[in-house]
Amino acid sequence: MEVTKMKAHEIHEMLKKGDIGVRELTEVFLDRIEKIDDKIKAYITVNREKALEQADRVDAGIRKEENTDVLAGIPMALKDNICTKDINTTCSSKMLHNYKPPYNATVVEKLEEKGAVMLGKLNLDEFAMGSSTENSWFFTTRNPWDLERVPGGSSGGSAAAVAAGEAVYSLGSDTGGSIRQPAAFCGVVGLKPTYGRVSRNGLVAFASSLDQIGPITKDVKDCALVFQAITGFDPKDTTSVNTPVPDYEKILDDNIKGLRIGIPKEYFREGISSEVKDRIREAIDVLERLGAICEETSLPHTEYALPAYYIISTAEAGSNLARFDGVRYGYRNMDAEDLISMYSTTRSEGFGPEVKRRIILGTYALSSGNYDTYYLKALKVRTLIKQDFDRAWEEFDVLVTPTTPTTAFKMGEKTKDPVSMYVSDLLTVPANMAGIPAITVPCGLIDGLPVGMQIMAKPFAEDVLLKTAYAYECHRGFEITAPELEVN
Amino acid sequence: MPLTREEVEQVAMVARLELSEEEAENYTQELNSILQYVDKLHELDLKNVEPMVHVLTINNVFREDKVGEGLSRDAALDNAPRKEDGQFIVPKIV
Repeated sequence: MEVTKMKAHEIHEMLKKGDIGVRELTEVFLDRIEKIDDKIKAYITVNREKALEQADRVDAGIRKEENTDVLAGIPMALKDNICTKDINTTCSSKMLHNYKPPYNATVVEKLEEKGAVMLGKLNLDEFAMGSSTENSWFFTTRNPWDLERVPGGSSGGSAAAVAAGEAVYSLGSDTGGSIRQPAAFCGVVGLKPTYGRVSRNGLVAFASSLDQIGPITKDVKDCALVFQAITGFDPKDTTSVNTPVPDYEKILDDNIKGLRIGIPKEYFREGISSEVKDRIREAIDVLERLGAICEETSLPHTEYALPAYYIISTAEAGSNLARFDGVRYGYRNMDAEDLISMYSTTRSEGFGPEVKRRIILGTYALSSGNYDTYYLKALKVRTLIKQDFDRAWEEFDVLVTPTTPTTAFKMGEKTKDPVSMYVSDLLTVPANMAGIPAITVPCGLIDGLPVGMQIMAKPFAEDVLLKTAYAYECHRGFEITAPELEVN
Repeated sequence: MPLTREEVEQVAMVARLELSEEEAENYTQELNSILQYVDKLHELDLKNVEPMVHVLTINNVFREDKVGEGLSRDAALDNAPRKEDGQFIVPKIV
């Protein structure tokens, strides 16, 4: 089997036995990127030289048996809103097109310590605002299953790169579904951890009370391994939670007998494709056959999550993006003659249309007179969403739903109408609002396009999530791999 | 339409964004359709609901007030569009 199709834990065995070296492995991936990425367009920056240097360093460590970590020598890539020291971190924005951070994000430090080899930086919707990568200042990433379709977003490059074998795994960030929706569209596994579980230090902020970094991988075991590597308390993130981190790989087995699964009926309503619902019901059958007890339940405020999300996330974004003023980093209009016009010309030229739209909405929602009508109301609705989930955890260990209302849509299909684009996050946003962990795992195809099953659990119960997803994956009875691209 | 074009331009100005005629027109329409969707929130009776300030019940943590390592001045200035003598340069303020 080609290594570009293999999982991290499989490649680790090859590296251990000496069947392949880290440099050779890294070259295979760099060559594949060179060969196919003009079709997929997942990478904004390819980190060839530094990746090969890192490969040589890690190779030596593996041969001397100093580094036995399962992620040592494994080539991976990062969403381009995660800071990498001296390597461009653009957020897919003109505003940061030339920005070279003076430090590494905590997750990057953690992966480097394990000996990860970083292949490059992956495309996203500008500042992670979008559901298709069509808001990238650079280009739109293509879905490896159908090049006419979007890979989802905002971590579209991260999902497409893994699905197309251009990286063994990647990291994305998830504010309202930005890991799970593209992972579902591209037929890979994606995890949004509990809020506070993974350090946000070095993640360029979109909406700070919702953002989390998480892994995108080819299977659940890899997801557990990468999550293990990046998780843990970090004093550099004020919302980082100091809670013990279990050994996630050890808890992976397929025994889910007696697991109580809730099926919230609001996630199966109109607007959700009937074929998507069919795939999820088939997946639930698999879980039942494994001894899980499945029962319908209700999260009555689900329909209010998305409108509240668009107030809270844009309000936070409006504040966070105030830092882009052309003074300290990034783009500046050099012709402006006074400070105020430098601010406004820099920001007007540096930000794309969706980012401006959200800054204006967020600023409006926070302005006096609207604060009570919109922002305060949205915060109250957030309480109701969380209470819905809290009640569910009294009866259930996990909740199972579709990840997205439909499979991947065509490029240009939703760009004219912002609300139709926002609705593709309908089923993923509630987990961010409640701060709970959620995973998507591929559960079948519709007309050759992958469908994702979302599993949610209570805060810090990633172990239960991973176990449920693993049991399903072991017994679903099929593999899901993107078709090989025709390359001239 | 609850939101007028003048309001959109006013909010954009507060956020230090300059809008072209066309942008102001488009944003007014789009923001109104978004607000129409968001108005769903007004269906709920929220009188006795507490707003959520933080999603997890965690407490503030204090650390010792000790000087640690920070970015060097050179590193902090590295990305500046204009700099001189170890300082950021901006256009005249007054």
